[in-house]
Amino acid sequence: MTGVTAAPDAVTGELLIAKGITKRFGGVQALADVSFSIRTGEIYGLIGPNGAGKTSLFNVLTGIYDADGGAFIFDGRPLAGLKSNDVAKRGIARTFQNIRLFANLSALENVMIGRHVRTRAGVFGAMLRNARTREEERAIERRAFELLEYVGVSKRANDLAKHLPYGDQRRLEIARALATDPRLLALDEPAAGMNATETATLSRLLERIRGDGTTILLIEHDMKLVMSLCDRVLVLDYGKKIAEGIAREVQKDPAVVAAYLGGDVSLNLKGA
Amino acid sequence: MSESGSARLYTGFRAFLDTRRNPVLAWVGVALVAVALIAVPFVLANTIGTAWVRITNLAILFVFLALGLNIVVGFAGLLDLGYIAFYAVGAYVYALLASPHFNLHLPFWVILPIGAAVACFFGVLLGAPTLKLRGDYLAIVTLGFGEIVRIFMNNLSQPVNITNGPQGVTLIDPFRIGTFNFKTNETIAGIDFSGPMKYYYLLLVVLMVVIVINLRLQNSRIGRAWEAIREDEVAARAMGINTRNMKLLAFAMGASFGGIAGGMFSAMQGFISPESFILVESIMVLSMVVLGGMGNIWGVILGALLLSFAPEVLRYTVEPVQRAIFGRAIVEPEVIRMLLFGFALVLMMLFRPAGILPSATRKRELEAPRAGAAV
Repeated sequence: MTGVTAAPDAVTGELLIAKGITKRFGGVQALADVSFSIRTGEIYGLIGPNGAGKTSLFNVLTGIYDADGGAFIFDGRPLAGLKSNDVAKRGIARTFQNIRLFANLSALENVMIGRHVRTRAGVFGAMLRNARTREEERAIERRAFELLEYVGVSKRANDLAKHLPYGDQRRLEIARALATDPRLLALDEPAAGMNATETATLSRLLERIRGDGTTILLIEHDMKLVMSLCDRVLVLDYGKKIAEGIAREVQKDPAVVAAYLGGDVSLNLKGA
Repeated sequence: MSESGSARLYTGFRAFLDTRRNPVLAWVGVALVAVALIAVPFVLANTIGTAWVRITNLAILFVFLALGLNIVVGFAGLLDLGYIAFYAVGAYVYALLASPHFNLHLPFWVILPIGAAVACFFGVLLGAPTLKLRGDYLAIVTLGFGEIVRIFMNNLSQPVNITNGPQGVTLIDPFRIGTFNFKTNETIAGIDFSGPMKYYYLLLVVLMVVIVINLRLQNSRIGRAWEAIREDEVAARAMGINTRNMKLLAFAMGASFGGIAGGMFSAMQGFISPESFILVESIMVLSMVVLGGMGNIWGVILGALLLSFAPEVLRYTVEPVQRAIFGRAIVEPEVIRMLLFGFALVLMMLFRPAGILPSATRKRELEAPRAGAAV
């Protein structure tokens, strides 16, 4: 990646620290005092049964909701009170559980829009189309196309996003998020609805993104993918953190097993 | 219906005017269009009458309005039913600064930017409180705004007479550059130019500038941000787009175009009153945008021209045709106009819901994938 890469001394440092995040919707406690930290360069899994608060946590992190309590420290500075566009500017990009592409724009334009936050041309630049604006436009287009190649949908660059096959839409959303040069890429169920082949391709893509210096926060229901990919995982249940740690160990945690299967039974999740 | 006849025609037209693919053909095409546009007022004046030059000028003003509204509705997806208010603001700014009403006679090149700026201010004034509204809710507020502006114009004659109320402002100065007056007839190089003809050429020049600005805006970082907001506001914000500023910018830009068009309207008519800025006018401009094809600049221009000329054509044909067939006029042109308009709307909704020229995907010429692209 030509984007922002981690400083050498930050390899073991903490990129994101969550302290006591709390969020309530009416009488529903969506998140209760959730604390965790994500280290620079890792793939951090966020798992839990349906309705555990995973997506709520994403929405609070990316500024779509305001937290009722607690704070996020990203890259040494708090994210408190930032709107989601400012969060993106700080370097957190996300995808959505129910794909939210710009449906009536081409795949390439979707990614070009991702460059918005790292480019500067304003109204007058657009109207005058001076040398600087033209150069910036060329750079945006070039970078967007590179990112399409990177995720493997460059053949569909000129197709409308809504006409892309499902798996390509998921990867296009990742390319769009990468276009903002994120330090933390937050993916909400990127493998949902994918077949085994597509999931394997996705897995390699995520490894590659991490290898290129972007930390990943991953919500995923595909346990095989989580176990093979994630360095550490956080398990939520009813908005509470019930376990955090190395994937393989968390897997054996009785509380986690109980949360998933609703009782004291042994869980046989096949890790890759 | 993705590749219908007119869509293919349109794609062909764009390919034809592609200066990189076939430069000679394209420039010949441009030259032909230019000659045709220059010839329009002479042809009109010498065939169907000088009145048609004036009608053409008004049609071009509506093209300005439709293009301005297209920024708000077509690009940013913000439904605005009070757009004519900005036209009114521009018109009144011009009228008040260049008429005997306040005995001010500033030159037009000073007033038009002021009019654009004031309209722009009103655009932001409307945009700011409505940032969180979308769709029908936004439509209701903007509709109210349009009415408020008109009613203000109607009543601001007391206690201090600012707008002269329902009587309107009269004797508004025409455009003047030195001794060159756009209103009077004149003979230049042996050719007679009537006032409307001079305005036509001025409008044509402004129209070119407006079209270029619109095309550039659409295909820019700002234009893409607007389209992102139109498509999915939450996702747009998550991509780092400051949706508040971008929406205000859309309102401001759209309003500025309306303000400039209003100033020109004022000067061309020489008289304005609140009557000219009623709700139906807002609806008409919106219809132009929707009929032509929201978000497609050429479509919007086509829509504006069609809806501007259609009633005039009817006005001149309905009665003679009826007389020829029935020996007398049974239905008035005005009645037929609304009937056909309604019928056209129904047909549009059924057969071309996205407009005559729907917004097409912009195909980009992509560089061939290079080996080992630096990602």
